[in-house]
Amino acid sequence: MFEEGVPRAAVRRVEFRELGMIDYAEATALQRELVEQRKRQLIPDQLLMVEHPHVITLGRNGHAENLLASEEILSRAGIHFHLSDRGGDITYHGPGQIVGYPIFDLREWKRDVVAYVRAIEQVIMDSLSEFGIDAGRLEGCTGVWVNGKKIAAIGIHISRWVTSHGFALNHTTDLSYFQYIVPCGITKPVTSMRELGCNPPREEVTAALARNFAKVFQFEMQVPILTETFS
Amino acid sequence: MIDVVMPQMGESIVEGTLTKWLKKAGEKVERDEPLFEISTDKVDTEIPAPVAGVLKEVLVEEGKTVAISTVVGRIEEGAGNGASAPAQAAAPAKAAAPAKTPAAPAAPASPANATPENVREPFVAEERREPVASAAGPYPIPVPEPQPQQPLSTDGPLSPLVRKMAREYGIDLRQVKGTGAGGRISKQDLDAYMSAQGAKTMAQSTATPAPQSAAQPALQSSAQPAPVAPTPRAQAPQARVEPMSIMRTKIAEHMLNSKRTSAHVTTVHKTDMTKVAKLRDRHKAEFQQRYGYSLTYLPFVIAATVEAIHDYPILNASIEGNNIIYHNEINIGIAVALENGLIVPVIRNADEKNVVGLQRSIVDLATRARSRQLKADEVQGGTFSITNFGSFGSVFATPIINQPQVAILGIGAVEKEPVVIDDAIAIRSVAYLALTFDHRLIDGALADQYTGKVKSILENWSTEIL
Repeated sequence: MFEEGVPRAAVRRVEFRELGMIDYAEATALQRELVEQRKRQLIPDQLLMVEHPHVITLGRNGHAENLLASEEILSRAGIHFHLSDRGGDITYHGPGQIVGYPIFDLREWKRDVVAYVRAIEQVIMDSLSEFGIDAGRLEGCTGVWVNGKKIAAIGIHISRWVTSHGFALNHTTDLSYFQYIVPCGITKPVTSMRELGCNPPREEVTAALARNFAKVFQFEMQVPILTETFS
Repeated sequence: MIDVVMPQMGESIVEGTLTKWLKKAGEKVERDEPLFEISTDKVDTEIPAPVAGVLKEVLVEEGKTVAISTVVGRIEEGAGNGASAPAQAAAPAKAAAPAKTPAAPAAPASPANATPENVREPFVAEERREPVASAAGPYPIPVPEPQPQQPLSTDGPLSPLVRKMAREYGIDLRQVKGTGAGGRISKQDLDAYMSAQGAKTMAQSTATPAPQSAAQPALQSSAQPAPVAPTPRAQAPQARVEPMSIMRTKIAEHMLNSKRTSAHVTTVHKTDMTKVAKLRDRHKAEFQQRYGYSLTYLPFVIAATVEAIHDYPILNASIEGNNIIYHNEINIGIAVALENGLIVPVIRNADEKNVVGLQRSIVDLATRARSRQLKADEVQGGTFSITNFGSFGSVFATPIINQPQVAILGIGAVEKEPVVIDDAIAIRSVAYLALTFDHRLIDGALADQYTGKVKSILENWSTEIL
């Protein structure tokens, strides 16, 4: 009864953009705007990739005790603190991390939040394998793991089947910043691509992620427009 | 009373954690307004209220995990009658009342009856729903029972999407022709209606029809408090509002950024293309037959551009801070016009290709650009760009540099012109080559020497191509 009016075109399209370094609050506001537009069917699915300045965010159902440092210590370390309406507990974002925000209408894919989370994990695993990293899942611990260390975290918000928030993949993240928190409330170590000896340029990783999103979600990916000129 | 149940958010999901009630017991709730939140495996989901009314009972407290389909709360519908009671009593009264009058038929139990929320929802306040155990849908939405509403006069039930759109855009559903089963209004019908109306922010005018028609038939902006539209926009009543595509916003950003970055200067050299034109005419048919695509002027210009870059490598450079980066590769970007934008795929190592190879690359990249089949790395790494505005008839233009490059060559249309040669008039094929260069790095004299070199290579073309 909900799907009336939702076009079910054979080929779905997603618009991919890389926004570079932007503030967490700014990204949240942008997502909110895009979610509204997506709900009204004004835009196709969106895939944003961004990088945040140092910030620690706590999901609405997170436990503040997983924040190990006082806000004062954080602010002295130049880290902002934000409450977020995504799922999941506490996490850290910072330079060198690839943060992906898919704004997808799941009614056009599968109305299944668990399948959605598993698919995001698949995208990250497939992308990492292109760089020779053998990543996998850990039963009961959402995210992407390499040898018992977490390389990517996931936290999602859904409203009317439209997704927001997403994943954070440690590319060249300075992992020492995770000392301030118990990531996602799980006392397991974190890792990054660089720590695993794999250091491709960021654009190659985001391109691989975009490609694998297209594959796993069966989208036609709008190529990133990186260069244009007068014609 | 309507049961609100824990929805099923996926095939394998058997239970969910109710993490937060967004309304308290006794509080009024609008239909489709977020009512509570649930959490499943790192996913937080807002669940909208299935009906408008008052949240009477909260049966599952925050933090509890319950099986799907468990009743988590109950809503007494806004009209105050039992759920199965007919709506006729309520509707006519409502229809007569202008939107700002406190709604008479609302729930007697609700003290918040005349609050702004109530006023804001003139269309939905008297909607009636029958509770039905939701077997398939993940939302705890009872199946709507068809109950034609007087103010709406629609012939069938409305989907939440349609209802929401109507509310957000302030569409009077009486004006919309439904094309679905039994005249049901679909989203497409609304879209069609809105395009026909040419205005998406009619919310204000239709939400309060009475004062509007009486006093202010034309000026919708002046009198309206805009209580409905969540994104009010100031605009002329007849304007059509359309969000830019992502590509369009990117192009806009890119162009402005280039204008802000480089010191653009354009120099134009008139070029005699007669030799190339004759060569092309001679081989056109055979080329087409042998390779399956036609031979254009573009590969000749690229070849000349690349050859001249060998003499003036600074045209193939970039600026980084106070450094000049001379690129080892000559990667030529070719601007390709798309239906609603453009893209610049790159011919890598263009200096390693002859005219045939260049023409093949152009056809391949342009075709795949238009069918959106380009790979990401095929639009990256350009070191110099060429734009062929002549193909649309332009004689010359002043292109914008494609950052971080320092020059772009534009080719005007090749046209026959009378030309004075040794005091005699001859008919020659002429084109204007317009080079836009970044004066931060390249001075006019050098730019003209470079363009002169390109011109001279084209004017004296002697290499056979087949």
